[in-house]
Amino acid sequence: MNNQSTFTITQINKYIKNLIETDRLLGNIWLKGEISNFKPHTSGHMYLTLKDEGSVLQAVMFKSAASSLTFKPQNGMKVIVKCNIRVYEPMGGYQAYISEMSQDGLGDLHIAYEMLKQKLSAEGLFDNYRKKPLPHFPERIGIVTSPTGAAIKDMLNILNRRCKYPEIFIYPVLVQGPDAPSQIIEGIEYFNKTSSVDVIITGRGGGSIEDLWAFNDEGVARCIAASSIPVISAVGHEIDFTIADFVADLRAATPSEAAERVISSTEEFKTRIKNAQDKIYQGLKDNASSKRMMLEQLGIERVFTSVKNGIDDKKIKIDDMFDKIKRNMDVLMERKNQQLKMSASGLNNLSPLAVLGRGYSITFGKKGKAVVSVTEIKKGENITIKLSDGVAGAKIETISEN
Amino acid sequence: MEDKKTFEQSIMELAEIVRKLDNGQTPLDEAMELFEKGVRLTKECNNMLDEAEQKINILLKNSDGEVVAEKMSQ
Repeated sequence: MNNQSTFTITQINKYIKNLIETDRLLGNIWLKGEISNFKPHTSGHMYLTLKDEGSVLQAVMFKSAASSLTFKPQNGMKVIVKCNIRVYEPMGGYQAYISEMSQDGLGDLHIAYEMLKQKLSAEGLFDNYRKKPLPHFPERIGIVTSPTGAAIKDMLNILNRRCKYPEIFIYPVLVQGPDAPSQIIEGIEYFNKTSSVDVIITGRGGGSIEDLWAFNDEGVARCIAASSIPVISAVGHEIDFTIADFVADLRAATPSEAAERVISSTEEFKTRIKNAQDKIYQGLKDNASSKRMMLEQLGIERVFTSVKNGIDDKKIKIDDMFDKIKRNMDVLMERKNQQLKMSASGLNNLSPLAVLGRGYSITFGKKGKAVVSVTEIKKGENITIKLSDGVAGAKIETISEN
Repeated sequence: MEDKKTFEQSIMELAEIVRKLDNGQTPLDEAMELFEKGVRLTKECNNMLDEAEQKINILLKNSDGEVVAEKMSQ
């Protein structure tokens, strides 16, 4: 018998647990293997076995980690997992506790994607200032896509509903597989060489990263960047971002969205036309009245009007006055006439001639003046006596005062 | 192109007329001319939209390897 202590099962499992869980490597490790015995639990936790040709390892992925998976794990699927190895004491076993899982074989694709993305970004191919604005009114639209499938059908339907005016040119290509990239490049270059369209849409319907891979091709990306005609990328679903999406002048989340954004609707165009029409009417109205306003501001029009009005008024006034004066004068004349007539007859009675007619005479002395007093004459002087119908000479015989 | 003037050209001309009439400095007789032209253009633009039919071409390579456009009917 040797000197070794005897451990209980619990103790030895605890010992092994400590050994394993303090190991740095086992605390954070990337594994690759194939899924088998996949058992999703209603709780959301996943239980599975990871295996390779020679060995198996139990694994579990709890709901918290599993909920961020972008795919459904399946038996036979090759995966890469990030995990830590822990001991489950009651069973005397150890298992991998998975925090991240991605599909293997795609690991390479993911890496290639990231590397190309970084490389082209560093070259400035994704820069915003490089992106060309889309034409306001594309007369001709080029589409580089598969001639079959839902993507092209959707785009044509939406364009038909939205605005029938643009002419559509489809350059049919493969959109997946090893020959796809060269065909897509050919299509974009054809439109550029012939300048036969005003905008290009290139894309395809949704799929896995492998399906969409042609739009992550470096040659396709550079071709899009070099296109002098604006390019809209329209690849897959909303969540898919391909390199083509970063380098395009506009990224549409789906082919349908590309058809919506490539051209305004007929209704929108008609509204713009109507607005222009309204502005033209208003512009002319404003113009005509602005001329009048200018004149008014100079006061010319008003002055003319008021002067004209003033003159007319004055003309009327003057005419009125003349009439009045004439009338008054007539009346006046008439009155004067009457007065004159009357005073004439009055005067007549008082006139010396009329007096003479009544028997009075006027005596003129030697100086020829009328004599009014006996003191003006002497005895023996010659006097002239004027009677109404003639004169008589006489000599004074006697004088006596009253 | 079948149209002598494209839709884009017409609507650009229309926008230019609006701009000229908008500043109110244009002499009245010129403004009248622009007005008439503008009304004509709005009619043309509306017609182009109303009479448009969707034209779809598919580009194929013929036996000589040249790309030719074939009209497609939906």
